Amino acid sequence: MKIKQISVFLENKKGRLAQLTKILKENNIDISAISVADTANFGIIRMIVSRYSDAMRVIKDAGYTVNTTDVLAVEVADSPGGLHQVLEILSQNDISVEYLYSFVRRPSERALILFKIREIDEAIGVLNHNGINILSPEEIYEL
Amino acid sequence: MNYWNKYCECMEREELKKLQSQRLIEAVERVYYNVPYYRNLMQERGLMPEDIKGIEDLNKLPFTTKDDLRENYPYGFFAVPLSEIVRIHASSGTTGKPTVVGYTRRDIAIWSELMARTLTCGGATKDSVIQVAYGYGLFTGGLGVHYGAERLGASVIPISGGNTKRQIMLMKDFGTTVLACTPSYALYIAETMAEMNLHKDDFKLKYGILGAEPWTEGLRQEIEEKLGIVAIDIYGLSEIIGPGVASECLYKTGLHINEDHFIPEIIDPVTGEVLPEGSEGELVFTTITKEGIPVIRYRTRDISSLNYEPCPCGRTHVRMQKVIGRTDDMLIIRGVNVFPSQIESILIDIGETEPHYLLVIDRVGNMDNLEVWVEVSEKLFSDEVRRLEELNRRIAYEIQSTLGLSVRVKLVEPKTIERSQGKAVRVVDKRR
Repeated sequence: MKIKQISVFLENKKGRLAQLTKILKENNIDISAISVADTANFGIIRMIVSRYSDAMRVIKDAGYTVNTTDVLAVEVADSPGGLHQVLEILSQNDISVEYLYSFVRRPSERALILFKIREIDEAIGVLNHNGINILSPEEIYEL
Repeated sequence: MNYWNKYCECMEREELKKLQSQRLIEAVERVYYNVPYYRNLMQERGLMPEDIKGIEDLNKLPFTTKDDLRENYPYGFFAVPLSEIVRIHASSGTTGKPTVVGYTRRDIAIWSELMARTLTCGGATKDSVIQVAYGYGLFTGGLGVHYGAERLGASVIPISGGNTKRQIMLMKDFGTTVLACTPSYALYIAETMAEMNLHKDDFKLKYGILGAEPWTEGLRQEIEEKLGIVAIDIYGLSEIIGPGVASECLYKTGLHINEDHFIPEIIDPVTGEVLPEGSEGELVFTTITKEGIPVIRYRTRDISSLNYEPCPCGRTHVRMQKVIGRTDDMLIIRGVNVFPSQIESILIDIGETEPHYLLVIDRVGNMDNLEVWVEVSEKLFSDEVRRLEELNRRIAYEIQSTLGLSVRVKLVEPKTIERSQGKAVRVVDKRR
């Protein structure tokens, strides 16, 4: 159920993100989702990639600080209110979302949203119970 | 030329040597019988107090370092019971613990006398209005100058540091004639005056008694020009007494050391050997009148030289050259002693096992600014912005509460900070 997200620490300097994507390109690693959180001084790159353990190794070898976090890939209807339905279920169950972002590609008429949730196991239970589809790692890495 | 104590300050060298010898003998007896640390050390060397017959025997005695003081924290070096101590000051140490010094009533009286000499040497008189903008508190600067100025009979404005616009308003309204503060703060005051559209002619300032940090001749000229004053360099350290160890006279050619209370030596910082007259090396002091915490051959880590040539001011006391550097990695930022190792222990407390950090010091708008770069390791890293910002704030807060100095923390990527072959580069000092 849980997807491994790779997070990388980047200083706000020209070309730093391009250096990171270059490493992934050279190692033939595909990015299926990416988001950048930025502050005045630094940024955090969060990514879902194919072959995440290879990705971890090459990024680390290149000298970046990197870690992995469990996130959920949740399918929502690609129509008005689709995301709201999921957020409302979480909110009604007192589960808060640290951040979310969406996939670059989508498999169908549905949209795929990634959620970072501290109470991840509670969230899985609640979403399953409400008939919301959470994609498995196999499904995601195949995308 | 004005003197506070002409008899002592202009004493013939032969007579001065006799006085120093007699006082040294007494000081050695005091530490031998009252400070177990020194007694043990002397016994290890097979030295008895009577083996010290005068200043020619000074080099038989062991050195004292800041680490020795710290290892005996807080009162291990006190030579009198706490009941005889009337004041305690402290300065930051190389790690978490400060260096503690205690003064007896007589120590405070001598300190006041030495500061009265210092102020007189720098142009102040009993008619002066002295604004003390050194920090008051555990730091010796504020209270040291304060007691000396009262002893002198001047009018003292005990304003302490900070609140610059108010300083300037009072300086103008109260007719301050002597400003006592760090050189960088004096320059900051000058800049702020300009911002307030005030001119030096709006003030009665004549002299600046400036110290507690190293400064250049260039900075002196700038301060003198902008404030319309004569700027005098003073030197001291809390381990010896605080300010009042040495000060320039109006000829500004070296700082007269109060040799009737402190015996200076210049040594080779590596071998510990005493160097010939005029050589540059590490400055070492022995206190010969202090009761609370007498120190024998204290290694200041400051690099200077001694000049025994007569001074046109008439004072016979030896002049030390303006301090030109340090033998260790201590930095002085806005008058505060900072050791890179202090930052390191804070980062270790926060959970970083092998911290990589860099202190970047710059003078922005004439104020020293400290920026601490910290490499974000996997241990510190989080995928949440909030966590990293918390980390940033926490490091800044811990440093600020340990050093009493505000800093800007910058989180940087691994390997941003240059690794050198030998000793790590921990400091980039961009100040003039």
